[in-house]
Formats: sequence, structure tokens, C-alpha cells
Amino acid sequence: MSLPRTASQTVGPYYTLGLCRRPENELADRNDAGAVQLIGQLYDGQGTPIGDGLIEIWDAAGNRWGRSGTDSDGRFSFVVVKPEALAGQAPRFDVFVFARGLLRHQLTRVYFPDEAEANAADPVLSSLDEPDRATLTAEQEDGALRWDIHMQGERATVFFEH
Amino acid sequence: MSEYAEGSPIVLPDDPSFGPEVQVDYPGYRSTQWRAPKRKLASLPEEFHSLAGPVFGDDMIEEHDHDLTHGHPGEPLGERIIVSGTLKDEDGRPLPGALIEVWQANACGRYHHVVDQHPAPLDPNFSGGGRCLTDSEGRYRFVTIKPGAYPWGNHENAWRPAHIHFSIFGSQFLQRLVTQMYFPGDPLFAYDPIFTSVRDPKARELLIARFDIEATQPEWALAYDWDIVLGRGGNGTTPMENPQ
Repeated sequence: MSLPRTASQTVGPYYTLGLCRRPENELADRNDAGAVQLIGQLYDGQGTPIGDGLIEIWDAAGNRWGRSGTDSDGRFSFVVVKPEALAGQAPRFDVFVFARGLLRHQLTRVYFPDEAEANAADPVLSSLDEPDRATLTAEQEDGALRWDIHMQGERATVFFEH
Repeated sequence: MSEYAEGSPIVLPDDPSFGPEVQVDYPGYRSTQWRAPKRKLASLPEEFHSLAGPVFGDDMIEEHDHDLTHGHPGEPLGERIIVSGTLKDEDGRPLPGALIEVWQANACGRYHHVVDQHPAPLDPNFSGGGRCLTDSEGRYRFVTIKPGAYPWGNHENAWRPAHIHFSIFGSQFLQRLVTQMYFPGDPLFAYDPIFTSVRDPKARELLIARFDIEATQPEWALAYDWDIVLGRGGNGTTPMENPQ
């Protein structure tokens, strides 16, 4: 016998009042060994930046969590260290995307570009075809990691059931 | 609205993988059109459905964070209310120590946010954000004012029913929930595509708080009771196909 779950509703455009009262986008100290910026932009199906999105990332292995709202250019940014790899898996962050226009948050993942071997062996990443894998893998850019999220379109990011 | 629905390339994903309670892409709610994923969601192997989520401690919460009427030079305008309830999982187990964050419009239906240009007054005594951790019995409690309805431009003469936004972290990563709580008897329910985007009428009813005379405080505040139920976060979180 299960109780019916409370339904999801959109986060709407004004979530900063409740969810962004203080910066929470630094999962590591900038001076930590291995600390790197993870940056990107969130786009809709017309290629327009989503300026009122919210990205949450979770390093389950290291118990490090953070979130970043997007600015008017759809930009989000984090300071991270690469998570430990769980047994048989490549290092990654689990990611939720929230936005006005999403009735429910979307689940995705971001993997690291310098982990080719581990990425190839990762049970989730390796189950996808190459173009889809690319949507979940950050790129090196000027010493930072860049990972864009596309809600729709030819370059649509892979989202997972949850 | 009908013009929008007919002219759009929207495919309504009645695919059960999108979940029984949520239509990911909903023509009545315009912003879904270019934002809701159009592709079928990918499956995660069963073992990835169980994953502990972030734990938030008392350091997240300051003494008056649960009281949205506090922290300004004066009292906010509006009807003072207490909103409380129990956070549970689908098995009815209370979830203690869970972070609940809320945000809302003021009594006039205006958010304290630069993007909100509704020509209703801001209230210098109301910012509209709060948070708390559930107690050892999974209970939460906020003191606030009843938010007003407001227009939102989704379609001609579109108004949102009064609501409070809730964000909840369970103990499991996949228990994460963001939703909205409504007030009983609101005449705008039938006209609100966000409310009606929840297709199951019973699930919609569960978004409406119950007026709770027992929890009112005489001469001070009315009260509403609203329980929140999260998925298990492990097996069973992924919606199963309707057995019809």
C-alpha cells in the first residue's frame, strides 16, 4: 500500500527568492588541488539561452553538492574537484535541471574529458551512442571545464528517467 | 490558446516513462514548448536508482528562517497564516531532517523579484523566502502571509491561483521534489494550466492544503495543513506503466 506521491510543479521564474539566498556553487575551495571551474550555458530548443534556469550538481562519492542559477546568457558556473570514481564507473556529477517551463526537473550527468578509458567502460555512458555520449561529456576550455545543456534540438542533452 | 496548440509541433508524451503525475510538455503552458525535452528519456539501470542525496544540517537554517513575516522593520501586509504538515515517503514513513525551502508572492500577488513587473505594490516588509528542516517526526512549519493571485501573460487574462512554492530534499537523491501548494476553494484552479498540468484529478487535489482550525492561533493567525509525499528514491521511483 503506497501513499500517492505529491506531484511535481515547475520551479517558475522566481525561485531565487527561495533557493539562491547565498552562493552555493563552490563544491571545493578555489585553492584546492585539482579545483577547476565547471561552466556552461543552458539553451532551449530554439538555441535561446535560458536565463531563469537552475542547475544542481551532486558528487555522491564525495558528498559534495552545489547549485547555480543561470544568468541572462544562460550561464552557470561551479568550482569543483573531480569526484572519486565509484567501482566500475567513470567519475561524474549527477545533475538536475530546473526551469520555468519544465513541469518536472530533468536528470542528467556530466562526465570528464580526460577520462577516456573510464568513460568507455562506464555502464551508463557506454550504453549510449557517440553523439549522445558527447552531450554528457564536458570539454576543456581555457583551463576550465565547459559543458552546455540543450533541452531540445539536434544537440539535445541526454536526460534520464527518474 | 487554441491557435497555439494547433500550430505547435508539440508531441504530448503520454509515454509512461514521463511519469503518471506529470506531463513534461503541455500545450496550455507556453514555456514548455521549447524547454521540455522532446526525446524519450534514457533509462538508467536499476542499480542507479538508489543513491543517497546531500544532507543539510542545522547550519543551513537560522533561527527565524521559517518565519517569512520576520526580519523586516514592520509586519507584512496580508492575512497571517501558519502552514505546516508532515513530510513522508510513499510507505508513510516520516522523513526527519529534510531541507524544505519555500518562496511566494506577497499579499498583493507581487514577487520581490526584478523580473516581476506586475503593477501591484511591493511590500517593504516582505521578501517571500523561507526554509526549515523537518523535525524528528518529519514535521515542518512556516509562518507567513497568504499570497495573492497574479497575472502572468501565458494566455489572455491568465492568472495564477494563490500558491507557495516548495523545494524538498529527501534522503535519497532521486527523492528531490519541487512543487507548489495551493489554497482550498480557489476559483482560478480550472483556468490555470500549471495546476491542470497535473493530469490526475486526485493528484491535483493533493496539491491543495487543508484549512486547519485546530492549528490556528486565536487572535493571531489562520492555519493550513499540507502533507508532502516523496517517492522512495530507490525502487519504485521510476514510474511503472499503468496496468490498464
